[in-house]
Amino acid sequence: MTSATLAPEKLATPKTPKSLLGRKNAIVGIGWFILAILLKGRSTLPLNRSSLTSVQESLTNLSDAIDRNRNSNPFFLNVINKIRSSINAFVNLLQDAISQGSATRAVPQIGWLGVVAVIGLAVAVFASARAALLAVVGFVTLGLLGLWQESMDTLALTLAAVVLALLIGIPLGVLAGLYPRFEKLITPILDFAQVMPTFVYLTPVTLFFLIGPASATIVTLIYAIPPALRITTVAIRGVPWSTVEAAVSMGSTRWQALRKVQLPQAKRTIVVGINQTIMAALAMVTIAALIDAPGLGLVVVKALETLDVGRSFKAGLAIVIMAVVLDRSTTAAAERVQKDSMQQQTTAQKFGVASKWIGLLLTLVAIYISNIYLWASQFPGSGILGLKVASIADSSTGWIQLHLVNVTNGITDLFSYGLLNPIQSLLVNAPWYTTAAAIFVIGYLLKGFRLALIVVVCVATILISGLWSDSMVTLASTLVAALITVVLGIVVGTWVGRSLPVDRVLRPILDAGQVMPAFVYLVPFLGLFGATRFTAIMAAVVYASPAAIKLVADGVRGVPESITEAAISAGSNTWQLITKVQLPSARRAIALAINQGLIYVLAMVVVGGLVGAGGLGYLVVAGFSQENLKGKGLAAGVAIVMLGILIDRITQAIADRRDVHAKAVAT
Amino acid sequence: MTDQLETTISVKGLWKVYGPNPERIVGTEDALLSRADLREKTGCTVAVRDVSFDVSDGEVFVVMGLSGSGKSTLVRCMTRLVEPTAGQIKLEGEDILAANTQRLRELRRTRFSMVFQHFGLLPHRRVIDNVAYGLEINGMSKNDRYARAMEVISLVGLEGNEANYPSELSGGMQQRVGLGRALASNPDVMFFDEPFSALDPLIRRDMQQEVIRLHEEVNKTMVFITHDLAEALKLGDRIAIMRDGALVQVGTPEELVARPVDDYVANFVRDFPKSHILTLRWIAREPTSVDDLSGPILAPDMIVRDAARQVLEAGRPVRVMNGEQLLGVVTSDEILSVIAGGPDD
Repeated sequence: MTSATLAPEKLATPKTPKSLLGRKNAIVGIGWFILAILLKGRSTLPLNRSSLTSVQESLTNLSDAIDRNRNSNPFFLNVINKIRSSINAFVNLLQDAISQGSATRAVPQIGWLGVVAVIGLAVAVFASARAALLAVVGFVTLGLLGLWQESMDTLALTLAAVVLALLIGIPLGVLAGLYPRFEKLITPILDFAQVMPTFVYLTPVTLFFLIGPASATIVTLIYAIPPALRITTVAIRGVPWSTVEAAVSMGSTRWQALRKVQLPQAKRTIVVGINQTIMAALAMVTIAALIDAPGLGLVVVKALETLDVGRSFKAGLAIVIMAVVLDRSTTAAAERVQKDSMQQQTTAQKFGVASKWIGLLLTLVAIYISNIYLWASQFPGSGILGLKVASIADSSTGWIQLHLVNVTNGITDLFSYGLLNPIQSLLVNAPWYTTAAAIFVIGYLLKGFRLALIVVVCVATILISGLWSDSMVTLASTLVAALITVVLGIVVGTWVGRSLPVDRVLRPILDAGQVMPAFVYLVPFLGLFGATRFTAIMAAVVYASPAAIKLVADGVRGVPESITEAAISAGSNTWQLITKVQLPSARRAIALAINQGLIYVLAMVVVGGLVGAGGLGYLVVAGFSQENLKGKGLAAGVAIVMLGILIDRITQAIADRRDVHAKAVAT
Repeated sequence: MTDQLETTISVKGLWKVYGPNPERIVGTEDALLSRADLREKTGCTVAVRDVSFDVSDGEVFVVMGLSGSGKSTLVRCMTRLVEPTAGQIKLEGEDILAANTQRLRELRRTRFSMVFQHFGLLPHRRVIDNVAYGLEINGMSKNDRYARAMEVISLVGLEGNEANYPSELSGGMQQRVGLGRALASNPDVMFFDEPFSALDPLIRRDMQQEVIRLHEEVNKTMVFITHDLAEALKLGDRIAIMRDGALVQVGTPEELVARPVDDYVANFVRDFPKSHILTLRWIAREPTSVDDLSGPILAPDMIVRDAARQVLEAGRPVRVMNGEQLLGVVTSDEILSVIAGGPDD
């Protein structure tokens, strides 16, 4: 301090690119911007909502052809239809059991009392008494809301999908864990299945399996198998190699090593995977309502279509309750498994055996009663609670629309005119070749010809689908929502990452937010802002934020304490610490947050087609309901897939690039 | 000291090369290149380089080297947890490398066993089930294997802990489970891969003592891997020093300390107090005409440290006699040069 002899000399430090895209990419962006303005309105490839291109017509014809041959083509007769009827039979079995009457019986085999008892007992035995209490209260609330049968339909479909997903996912996951080559083979498929907005599977699957439980289950499987499979793989890999080696050194066969060493140790992680599988299945089952899957999702869809806020709020609440109950129960079960597996049984647990038998007896009695007596079979009352919830939602929406209309409209307008409209008009009105060229060059700059090739394929497919203009509308909404998400992610994520108390308060909320089915986010915003693009975008932001916030928070938290300590001891203030140390160190996490944000947002913006967001999502929804737009809906689904791949690959490349830089700095 | 006994394990020309087409390296000029040069030229890394040695029945054979010297790979090659690239390994005359999967499994179940650095215990099994694991996979009935496991558990000092899970035990206790597991099948040979390097120094000393005790009780042939010279000198009947995959020197502890073959070995043993290892045989000198040959008599395999007081108090040369034969004399000069470090250091 006392010696001021150090001359303020400039050290020649190597420059690391500061902007996320790099200088060259920024130039490409500016070039595109100028060209887009200069060439505004040329070659924008617009298409009216009701008009069709020849490609779209031939897609309609293709789907008609599939319909015609459904009962004559041997492949359909022997494979597709068999799969369909077996899955339908399986789902019907579950529905007969808990949700719907059958041909010979007006009510399900097990009434509400029996279901509540079974759930309560199962959760108490496998998870905890607290979770069991929550489950019982939650399920009774479903009944009080007047949505018992719909809830049980959702539960039956979810269970069917989860059982199948685990039956398929766990063995494949074990294989992938044992054989890295197999994992390499299936990873791209899993990536694809998880990245794509759930929406886009619906149409192709119904093409083959028709509308109904079979399609709903298959669609759900596509979404629910990847987490089951992936976590099983991770679990098998996570088994300490030393234990496997020890087992082999003692002469275990491969099967013995798997059964006695690897699977028992992987069990704890696999149970966590079951939780994720259930939540994924529930989310998808509700969305499958778009292809007429019965249950709570269908109530929401119908209510959204008629803009019935009260009813959609009620059903949305039921979905939330279902999600919370399933999540808490399986999380508690996973914690229980973790605790039990490495400890001796305490006397308390041994004592618990007796109460388990009593519980089993009571449950059997409850099942019997609910099978015999109507009061225990159909949920009594007429859903008074549901009516109340709906009317409160309706009246508060009415109040808001009456008194706060200026505020909400103001927000909507500010947002639309200030942000969304300029970006959308820029993208929609730019000539397609300028935009395509810009994406191509950026792809090339980021990762060379491989990415550039992917760009070419995706852009060409969008062009062929005839939906360039609609794709740009969707892209605009996606970018805007993602921008908000990322800003939110960085601000809140930094806050959460830097403060443990904040973390403690917010993390459970974020966790809960992540497991909610995408659908339910539309409901409150619909009440506030009506059926507009803004509603869809806000729902998308809320849906995508938890993931982004958590990624950034973990990134900030992950900065080694030695580094922050060094920065503080060098005299950084808080702002300097955040901007110069913590955020730059969390770059990779931020890049991933952008990637995840965009993917989540895309999924949601598409769902927003239900509530008046235009673009591709609307076309997909229209394709479900209007016979002549079927082909166009299919084309829109394909275009969404292409947009998804484009967004994912490019942002992944950015994330990887950041990574390379971070490594270069570190070494 | 065990020379007259039968050879249990015989290793000849053993190689392990990692990388693309490793077989092509062995026996060519490339094999003579240093590790770095070979990797540069062929992309292959030599982990074990032309290693040969014999282990006698009941001997404790220690392989010592720094990390990366290939010692862990060597011991894994001997049980074929790692497949050697070339060479021969015989267990009581049977070629282990020729064994098919079936036979190899039998060998592992009955003839040899291994104790691991990180224990490798199964966290979801109680101590008794960990110890009985090898018996279980070999199809022994529950009663029989539990009876045997209990024997072993008391042998390794774990009585009363049989119903605990590994996570409930300390590191030293966990490795006792590892020892018990390796002993349960009553193997001919036990391999130890740095079994105590993850333990605290005090616990480590206990466990070394435990191995010495077990060796006296069950008299198994042991191949013991370590990076700790003190441990090697303490446990080993013979010690092999390994460097860059090759054996630098094989010998008894005294041989290593008294006659290191090169600077590398000399560097290793430099800081170790020689007086704790060397016997009078190594420091006795030819008597000269001026020596008084009426001093006390000591045996040649007496350790210097133990002989020091007697030699220093004798006041005249001490005779080192092997029976009737005079091997040489030792005076306080020789003793002091070992204890205080002589000019040859």
